[in-house]
Amino acid sequence: MIDQETDGIEKLETGIPGFDFLSDGGLPLGRATLIAGTAGSAKTIFASQFLVEGIQRGENGVFVTFEEPPKALRKNMRGFGWDIQQWENEGKWVFVDASPQPGDRPIVSGEYDLGALIARIEHAVRKYKASRISLDSLGAIFSHLSDSAQVRSDLFRLASALRELGVTAIMTAERVEEYGEISRYGVEEFVADNVVIVRNVLADEKRRRTIEILKYRGTDHQKGEFPFTIINKKGIVIIPLSAIELEQKSSDIRITSGSEELDRMCGSGFFRDSIILVSGATGTGKTLMVTEFMDGGVANGERCLVFAFEESREQLIRNATGWGVDFKQMEKEGKLKVVCRYPETTNLENHLIMMKDIIQEFKPNRVAVDSLSALERVSTLKSFREFIIGLTSFIKQQEIGGLFTSTTPNLLGGASITDAHISTITDSIILLRYVEMYGEMRRGITVLKMRGSMHDKDIREFSIDHQGMHIGKPFRNVTGILAGTPMYTAQSEVERLSGLFDEKI
Amino acid sequence: MDMNRIVLRLYITGNSVRSQQAIANIYRICQEDLGDQYNVEIIDVLEQPQRAEEEKIMVTPTLIKQLPPPLQRIIGDMSNTEKVLLGLDIVPEGLQVRLPED
Repeated sequence: MIDQETDGIEKLETGIPGFDFLSDGGLPLGRATLIAGTAGSAKTIFASQFLVEGIQRGENGVFVTFEEPPKALRKNMRGFGWDIQQWENEGKWVFVDASPQPGDRPIVSGEYDLGALIARIEHAVRKYKASRISLDSLGAIFSHLSDSAQVRSDLFRLASALRELGVTAIMTAERVEEYGEISRYGVEEFVADNVVIVRNVLADEKRRRTIEILKYRGTDHQKGEFPFTIINKKGIVIIPLSAIELEQKSSDIRITSGSEELDRMCGSGFFRDSIILVSGATGTGKTLMVTEFMDGGVANGERCLVFAFEESREQLIRNATGWGVDFKQMEKEGKLKVVCRYPETTNLENHLIMMKDIIQEFKPNRVAVDSLSALERVSTLKSFREFIIGLTSFIKQQEIGGLFTSTTPNLLGGASITDAHISTITDSIILLRYVEMYGEMRRGITVLKMRGSMHDKDIREFSIDHQGMHIGKPFRNVTGILAGTPMYTAQSEVERLSGLFDEKI
Repeated sequence: MDMNRIVLRLYITGNSVRSQQAIANIYRICQEDLGDQYNVEIIDVLEQPQRAEEEKIMVTPTLIKQLPPPLQRIIGDMSNTEKVLLGLDIVPEGLQVRLPED
């Protein structure tokens, strides 16, 4: 047991992914932390996972349930791969069942208090030598006690009993609004030293879960809301965005884009640990660039991974074959992995975690995502931004090259929201544009940005055939391509303009 | 065993004022209104927490009427005699019988 008054506040690693970063080391040891949230904000999962992670670290846990009966909890938590029954048999998890009993309407004759419950909790903690305890949820105590002064005094007794026992506690409390009073009865937050808020906000018809440490008496923590998600077999996974530090090594090693001509435009290829954004309207050749990027990697003996959110596997393979690239063979050799998902299957947070898992498992040298715009559809702007930051920083930490595509809404010129969000994060931007000339659609490519390297500033014409992409000469006498209003300029004017700049230099 | 015998269990927490009051009150009610037709077992949850766990006792004092059925819980320090008797089915429901007060 720790002397709370004299010692600095030690922390207990919870093991909940991301939370220990957020809380700068975990929950204050031997203290109570309130987890407040509206209905369906994952309070019970948090409370359960806190015990589960403890058991996996060899610490026993007590779960005091005020709402759901233990039977329901055992069943509900199975989906996360948590076999509570098994742990109960092994004496690692114990329930104190304070859930409403059927037909339980006691007659009241005089005053009473929660002495019995507190005695049961103390007994369970001592008997099982528990170091973690979850109480879910405190608000239900109000249904057992009529008098709010009595509730207050009993809650304080409970809190001091827990402190005496030296257990680290999670107490959950119901909230009425996402942004309002901390807890329903306004009493709960006074018994805990620390307050964490979980939210499940509806924005743009999409649910967004966040977690925020509101009060962490006397100890450091990250401020603000952090997105989290709930995953099968894992439980809560918090995505700590500010954990992302800009300290990735950036190497001078160049990798091929898969096209010799494009490599030349970029000053002999992409940098190895860089993020490249390919932006263009539909049909300008973005998927082709992804295919070439993969092909170039495999040809150099690299492992390549592509996440496709727009086309099915069959389509992707067929397209690649059309450009002379055999994805099937590459996959058979284990050099390539094609992952196709409908963006709508899950939320962006889950997509991010799924993608991270696959990257960690497959350990590719380069990754392509086709396209980010498809993912933009399924999320709020804020989630999308967090997703992009999370994904790019993760890819950079792995020291691998990433190529993302983004679809511009307009056929000619224009930028997309995707571009606006990620252009500052990417190291290189390649634009693909339609160029309308004399009633004919032609394609143009330009390297808009290439961090840390000289690059070709021309807008070049390119064509696509059964061998892939062929980059040709610059559009010398056309202006306004990027703006989407190509204008033919006389040759003499072009020469005069280029001469003008020469003289100045 | 007598069919009409009332079997009671009273859960208390140690020497707390409420617990001691509940014990005194329940003995008084039993003696005054139940004659010798009763059994009271007193369970101190501080000493036998396991029994409180088995019965899922939340608050103390809690009185449980084990027999005759139905099972009935009465909570509090038993200071309201009328309520206790109601819980013990001593006053038939529906009849507005007032017990003489001292």
